[in-house]
Amino acid sequence: MFTKILIANRGEIACRVIKTARKMGILTVAVYSDADADSLHVNMADEAIHIGGSPSRESYLLSEKVIEAAKRTGAQAIHPGYGFLSENADFCRMCAAEGITFIGPPVAAIEAMGSKSAAKNIMEAANVPLVPGYHGDDQSEAVIKKAADDMGYPVLLKATAGGGGKGMRQVWSEDEFSEGFAAAKREAKSSFGDDTMLVEKYLTQPRHVEIQVFCDNHQNAVYLFERDCSVQRRHQKVIEEAPAFSMSEELRAKMGESAIKSAQAIGYQGAGTVEFLLDIDGSFYFMEMNTRLQVEHPVTELITGQDLVEWQLRVAAGEVLPKAQDELKINGHAFEARIYAEDPNNDFLPATGTLDFLQPPVESEFVRVDTGVRQGDEVSVFYDPMIAKLIVWDENREKALQRMAKALSEYRISGVTTNIDFLYNLATSAPFVNADIDTGFIEKNQALIFHENEQALAGELPMAALYLVLSQAQKAQTIAAKTNDPFSPWNMTNAWRLNEANIHHITLAHNGTEYPIVVEQKRQGSGSYYLITVDGQTVDCQGRIENDTLYASIDGYRSHATIAQNNNQISLYHQKGVFNFTHVLPDCGDNTGDDKHGGLVAPMNGTMVSVLVKAGDSVKADQPLMIMEAMKMEHTIRAPSNGVVDAIYYNNGDMVDGGAELIAFTPEDA
Amino acid sequence: MAKIISKINPRSPEFIENAAHMQVQVDDLKAKLAEIKLGGGERSRERHLSRGKLLPRDRVYALLDPGSAFLELSQLAAYEVYDDNVPAAGIITGIGRVGGQECIIVANDATVKGGTYFPLTVKKHLRAQTIAQENNLPCIYLVDSGGANLPNQDDVFPDKEHFGRIFFNQANMSAQSIPQIAVVMGSCTAGGAYVPAMADESIIVKEQGTIFLAGPPLVKAATGEVVSAEDLGGADVHCRTSGVADHMAQNDHHALEIARSAIGNLNRVKPVQMAIKEVAEPAYATDEVYGIVPKDSRQPFDVREIIARVVDGSEFDEFKALYGTTLVCGFAHIYGYPVGIVANNGILFGESAQKGAHFIELCAQRKIPLVFLQNITGFMVGQQYEAGGIAKHGAKMVTAVATAQVPKFTILIGGSFGAGNYGMCGRAYDPRFLFMWPNSRISVMGGEQAAGVLAQVKRDQKEKRGEQWSAQEEADFKQPIIDDYEHQGHPYYASARLWDDGVIDPADTRQVLGLAISASLNKPIKETKFGLFRM
Repeated sequence: MFTKILIANRGEIACRVIKTARKMGILTVAVYSDADADSLHVNMADEAIHIGGSPSRESYLLSEKVIEAAKRTGAQAIHPGYGFLSENADFCRMCAAEGITFIGPPVAAIEAMGSKSAAKNIMEAANVPLVPGYHGDDQSEAVIKKAADDMGYPVLLKATAGGGGKGMRQVWSEDEFSEGFAAAKREAKSSFGDDTMLVEKYLTQPRHVEIQVFCDNHQNAVYLFERDCSVQRRHQKVIEEAPAFSMSEELRAKMGESAIKSAQAIGYQGAGTVEFLLDIDGSFYFMEMNTRLQVEHPVTELITGQDLVEWQLRVAAGEVLPKAQDELKINGHAFEARIYAEDPNNDFLPATGTLDFLQPPVESEFVRVDTGVRQGDEVSVFYDPMIAKLIVWDENREKALQRMAKALSEYRISGVTTNIDFLYNLATSAPFVNADIDTGFIEKNQALIFHENEQALAGELPMAALYLVLSQAQKAQTIAAKTNDPFSPWNMTNAWRLNEANIHHITLAHNGTEYPIVVEQKRQGSGSYYLITVDGQTVDCQGRIENDTLYASIDGYRSHATIAQNNNQISLYHQKGVFNFTHVLPDCGDNTGDDKHGGLVAPMNGTMVSVLVKAGDSVKADQPLMIMEAMKMEHTIRAPSNGVVDAIYYNNGDMVDGGAELIAFTPEDA
Repeated sequence: MAKIISKINPRSPEFIENAAHMQVQVDDLKAKLAEIKLGGGERSRERHLSRGKLLPRDRVYALLDPGSAFLELSQLAAYEVYDDNVPAAGIITGIGRVGGQECIIVANDATVKGGTYFPLTVKKHLRAQTIAQENNLPCIYLVDSGGANLPNQDDVFPDKEHFGRIFFNQANMSAQSIPQIAVVMGSCTAGGAYVPAMADESIIVKEQGTIFLAGPPLVKAATGEVVSAEDLGGADVHCRTSGVADHMAQNDHHALEIARSAIGNLNRVKPVQMAIKEVAEPAYATDEVYGIVPKDSRQPFDVREIIARVVDGSEFDEFKALYGTTLVCGFAHIYGYPVGIVANNGILFGESAQKGAHFIELCAQRKIPLVFLQNITGFMVGQQYEAGGIAKHGAKMVTAVATAQVPKFTILIGGSFGAGNYGMCGRAYDPRFLFMWPNSRISVMGGEQAAGVLAQVKRDQKEKRGEQWSAQEEADFKQPIIDDYEHQGHPYYASARLWDDGVIDPADTRQVLGLAISASLNKPIKETKFGLFRM
């Protein structure tokens, strides 16, 4: 076994690897960029080496720097984590040349799986089922269209070099083909510099089910069962679970065998994942093989009781696989939710900022939090905005899902917009609970997950208003207790009026709609109750707050909800989902209101990729003016109306801070 | 402490009948006030709102700390006094928490006669200032007024307790370190300009507030100069050029927010120096007082039943329970504050008066606030009692009440007639606050007695002249007198003229007293030096 390894990664996965290494008595070396100088993985590692600037191309992607760090510290092996250099064949070769063990598969396996079309050819030869498709070299539109016509629509056009949803297009009919083909090629070209396309049959209700495989270099191979990663948005996984629901033992074995066959076809070693599309009829098709540890590996760990990083280290050190196939059993059910700094209400735009407050749920045998950040850390523009992975386990799917909902409701983050509420709504939505899931889940259940249906608010608005009134009283009592006049009736917040009803006026906003609410307080102290009127409907409410939980009785219906309040933002978590309200305070005007010119500001931190106009240009409403890149995504800045560009403040390649003015713009007079 | 055991049966027919009778009076009060609280007519309210201004009551409520109580004063001021309807005398006054401090708030209602000052507007404004001064409460003036009501200038302008006194009070309160904050949310013309000018800190709302000694029409008439109100005395002028105002606000809400910060910066600590106790609600429902007070005001009732529904835990340690039993005296707590209670349980005799004087001495010595529950037809009359020195015994009680320096609070729960009103801390005896129940009556004597006295005098005259006076004629003579007394002794009549600080729902007595006592403790309690007691 190694005595010292280097982890060529950052964030949660670096921390994850360090934990296992430490458990095994192996020393760890971290590498870090400027931005990560004080980050958690650096602090956790025994040693750390600075390898360059903040952008990953100046640090974590620099093979030479990483190798140099390993040599300098005497690390015998490098764990690449996922992303960065994990599937880089050249890096793998360089390690071999320097006599450093690459904790991963052999170069040939990485190369074989690096190109999607090449991978499919290999799998076809190995009799692994493939989605009907065309992966040929003849890239003429006529040939590819014929292949599409032959397999029947809908079809999926994909860039062979692609990933992450880029350069992918669904084509629903023959008429749409040309347009879709051109668009997919254009996107592929700009994203990967390579517009080679393949076409496949598009399955309308497929599930994404992947098999965890492990191979050692003693000809042993096992599969550690499956993970269902069907819930995706833009082909990025959101919530993963293991095992997959309604999976027969027979199908599980069939897919497992098939996955091992895939791995063996390329002489695989170490941890790998074979991704399949599973059709409703139980047929499954090879999609791709990931030659690394997956982000979602913890769900497999929780249902098998195995430490996959430990397995990786043992296999890399030449040991035999710790378990044989018949020694592996599924125990219970696990879910993983990816906590991201992003804004689900704004098209999942990545968010940046400082984690002013960070309180994950308490870890236990049921709850695990894999993270690489602490309170006070920055979520920067440079890397993937994942804050943590929340993993839960229980003896069955239903119980595990309840754990997930509870843990999400206890996850408190402020300073950065996160997807926690979105995850909570998703995890508590009826179709998810009932496992009515395929890869189109989020699109299909959009309205449900985002609570676009206002009727749902009839119960939640009074609850939120009740919470505000009760918490106001609680806060006032806390303050009063510290004074020399703690029992004064002036400390009460019952809005008492002489010869008039005691009324609290509260305005709450939900999804941009404001709701004026009238709360009439009846009686005082422990006997008080509240008549809460919203939209002409009055309900009789009582309640109390204990810690973060509101126990409410609304027209005799008793329920409770966990409440998180951050300034005037209120999140109410209960069985139906999470509801976010803004406590609308009176408009105090705007001192800076004289500034009325129409400047356009950067939506977030990022890099200017392309400036499409010049100063003095007249532009039409919605015309693209600039393209920024941030968080690996492009954002187009468009003209808000017809008008003239007065000045441009950034050039191609410039770093831009969120909120910075990009363009001076004068709207055309209406 | 000893708990009062109530002997009331809320299921008895008398109780139910009494409660229904009181309910009618409370409902009438609330209905009248609901009308008054709207302020000016619908048109003037709409005009006010269309200018982007908040209604005065909304301004007051928005100024308060969220959820704070508002102990409104003189709600019935000017009720049926003038030919014109002047609801609440065109001004809202009261006590509320702002920035954690109990403050006096005075807000002009521009929807009522342009917020101009009628004689009772002045009286109500001055009363609020008096309360501020006596209880050391910061003052916040929400100004939106056209100044003195010109047709009534003779009753508004010249006298000591007229318009000028407002500024005199501002200056003197400022001198006593009682903060004076003005928020200009509309006109502040002529004399009114001195409210912000004399304030410690003043705030003015952009494009709404104006301050000037003479408005554009008067300027044009006087000098020919043509100038807009905004250029003459708007926020820009006063915040940037003249320095008359200190803070410029974007709108009403912003102005109120600035006022709150101004109070937050006062660096004041409430000097509560007494043995306070955790609060216990009374053991009996406070609204049961409705059924205790007899429908027929001549029927007696045990005032301890009322006390049991006002004080903490219904606990009451009575003093001299066996002596002078027509006056009930004892110690209790209201919202944790120790109080001495002096309550009528019948006509005042020499013993009861001496007991009262003794008890007031005790409370003054111990710096315990005094609560008077008035239900008094007067001191006992007749030869026996005059000979027994009832006048000097009454004088002892009046002396004690007049000179006791502890905060005093008076509630009229029934009749308030004659010298009984003095001994029981009537308005002339400077209680910090005086409130009336809707069933109470106040006059020099009862209507029946007054009519009887006057009828007796008349009959004597007639008999001297040898004229006849039939029983019918006597009844016809007495009825208008009885009616007048009933009308003038009614709490609405009293409250309209500010003989009190307001008419309250009897069920709110505990709450009102709690708020008033707590507010009064902003002023340290002074040592008492009594006047001479005639022995």
